[in-house]
Amino acid sequence: MISIASLVEWSIKSLVLITIILGGFAYLTLFERRTLARMQTRIGPNRAGPAGLLQPVADGIKLMFKEELIPDRADKVLFILAPIITVVPVLLLLAVIPLGPDIELFGQEISLGLASEIDVGLLFILAVASIAVYGIVIAGWSSYSKYSLLGGLRATAQMVSYELALGLAIVGPILLAGSMSVAEIVADQRSLWYVVLQPIGFLIFLIASVAEINRAPFDMPEAEQELTGGYLTEYSGMKFALFFMAEYGKMIAISFVTATVFLGGYWGPFVDRIGLLGPVYLFAKVVALLFFIIWIRATLPRLRYDRLMAFGWKVLLPVGLLNVVITGGLIVVLDL
Amino acid sequence: MLEGQMEVTVDELRGLVSERAIQGETMLLNMGPQHPSTHGVLRLILELDGETIVNLVPDIGFLHTGIEKNMEAMTYEKALVMTDRMDYLNNLGSNLCYCLAVEKLVELDVPPRAQVVRVLLTELTRIASHLLWLGTHALDLAAMSVFLYTWREREILMDIFEMCSGQRMMTSYFRPGGLWRDIPQGFEGAVKQFLELFPERIREYESLLTENPIYIERTKGIGVISTEEALEIGLTGPILRATGLPFDMRKAQPYSSYEQFDFEVPIATNGDTYDRYIVRMEEMRQSLNIVRQALDRLPEGPFRSNNRKFVPPPRSELGHSMEAVIHHFKLWTEGFLAPKGAVYVPVESPRGVLGCYLVGDGGPKPRRVHFHAPSFANLQALPMLSRGHLVADVIAIISSLDPILGDSDR
Repeated sequence: MISIASLVEWSIKSLVLITIILGGFAYLTLFERRTLARMQTRIGPNRAGPAGLLQPVADGIKLMFKEELIPDRADKVLFILAPIITVVPVLLLLAVIPLGPDIELFGQEISLGLASEIDVGLLFILAVASIAVYGIVIAGWSSYSKYSLLGGLRATAQMVSYELALGLAIVGPILLAGSMSVAEIVADQRSLWYVVLQPIGFLIFLIASVAEINRAPFDMPEAEQELTGGYLTEYSGMKFALFFMAEYGKMIAISFVTATVFLGGYWGPFVDRIGLLGPVYLFAKVVALLFFIIWIRATLPRLRYDRLMAFGWKVLLPVGLLNVVITGGLIVVLDL
Repeated sequence: MLEGQMEVTVDELRGLVSERAIQGETMLLNMGPQHPSTHGVLRLILELDGETIVNLVPDIGFLHTGIEKNMEAMTYEKALVMTDRMDYLNNLGSNLCYCLAVEKLVELDVPPRAQVVRVLLTELTRIASHLLWLGTHALDLAAMSVFLYTWREREILMDIFEMCSGQRMMTSYFRPGGLWRDIPQGFEGAVKQFLELFPERIREYESLLTENPIYIERTKGIGVISTEEALEIGLTGPILRATGLPFDMRKAQPYSSYEQFDFEVPIATNGDTYDRYIVRMEEMRQSLNIVRQALDRLPEGPFRSNNRKFVPPPRSELGHSMEAVIHHFKLWTEGFLAPKGAVYVPVESPRGVLGCYLVGDGGPKPRRVHFHAPSFANLQALPMLSRGHLVADVIAIISSLDPILGDSDR
């Protein structure tokens, strides 16, 4: 039987996790715009509220009052469903990430994470993250617009080329920890982060995850210069905002995953004594990764989508396989 | 709108696209005139097989404003302001081309100071135009920061133009016979500051693009054209020079004292998008070189011709010279008369050879003005360059041609 107490606990934790994504999404847009502006000798939004802090609110209100246009011959059901399919998986991703070590609260042992102990945590991440791409593909196909169609096609092509590499990059940490549970993978990194043991795996994961979240330089499905927004072309108002929420939510979620699997998760100095420091370290790592993602957007041109496919199949996949073989071999030889 | 009205019959496109498109085997995609990367209001009809270009049909004329016809209704001096509005990124270069044509028609001499200032400002315009090209070219490939960096430097140049003429873009600073005013105080200092700053900034742009593997992948081997093909369809400017032919009007047929300046004509060999980038980057350096020389040798003396039949007298003379008042009145009411005859003056604009064909009929207004616009000629290469490439490459190729629709449509 599930007790009422644990139901309440799960509800509170879920709310906190969803708030992290939604609130994070709003302020990540501001963070991105201010950071990009700073890198590009501009000022960025600084009018709404002190230092532009109310800008996300202003944007949200604006988008809510925009007219929702649906193209005449679009498949209306799928057209409305697509942004929902894109957003929901993003909200689920954080469920398996432990935010900190177990802490003592109200005389009880409480774990900072919703379901970080489940045995298939990493599989869950891979599976759920891939669902979001279907939203993009469906959006492209249901819009009845040629630009959207091309965006959807690119998303399909992109999906098959990086997902394998993404999966292979995670195999290294799984082998090292001997478990697919995220909690155990983090616990195993207490003394040494996996980025040290798995530098190649980390690089592959970083590249593939940027492709996974459709960010520059892998933002071909959007490609406003070529496809005028690709799958987003026909969307307006809140449906458009949902796609944006999904993109930035995925940025946050994938940064959490990267920090957890390769950068030691919540571990840092004194975490073993003061458990509440854990989330602070984790957030710091996530912000650093987000900054990195924004930084490459400011620096790099976009790849061509056929080059990304070639890169995924001819470089990332073989290197990822080699990495798995070497890691496995070393584990057997050195008996780690 | 009713459903039937939205259909465009494919028959209208017969002959422009392949039979496969008529049967619905390949996709026809309309790109522009409202599209972020067609550099203005260029419209393209793409025939796509997947994302591969089978055929490309450029459709121009959305920015046609009848400039040439309008000029026929104006006196020679007033028609000058129309030239700013043609190629709005090469405003001073267009001014120069038209002024040279008028001066050739009426056989008017230009004092050396004006000639050197014209060279100096035209080269600054070339840099400004190339800066805008570089920024938008990089932006089309999604390297967004370069765009804002080039804009920063272009602002300095715009300030310099404003300092001279009072206008950032619609300068009308060169007039038949010389300049509108002498260069203002502080002009030389401002140009000197730019000269010191800019080489470092070019290195900054290059550090973001020249050796960037993604940039190289997006541009090397994209839109290749050989010298013979380029000459056949009349390409000029950096596109022609990127194929290896060092053809530059400033060297081939020097005008406005270009023969006194020491500069190179940069070329590259492959004729692809990357080489066009390399050529334009080097051209900015050479232009900087010319500006430096012009500033060093800037001669003293009058800034416009003393021929009162064509150039208005200075305001100071109007109070005490009856003759000056008469000249002033004649020039600003009727304008000067040009003899019967036709002249053609080609100059090197940032985009290639810009030619002005001017016919006079003895009256105060030109009988016919026609411009050979480099953007128009260069856009002809687009279908040929794009065939077989991907949609993403078409964007790179368009921007590498650097078309200005105001220039091609006029």
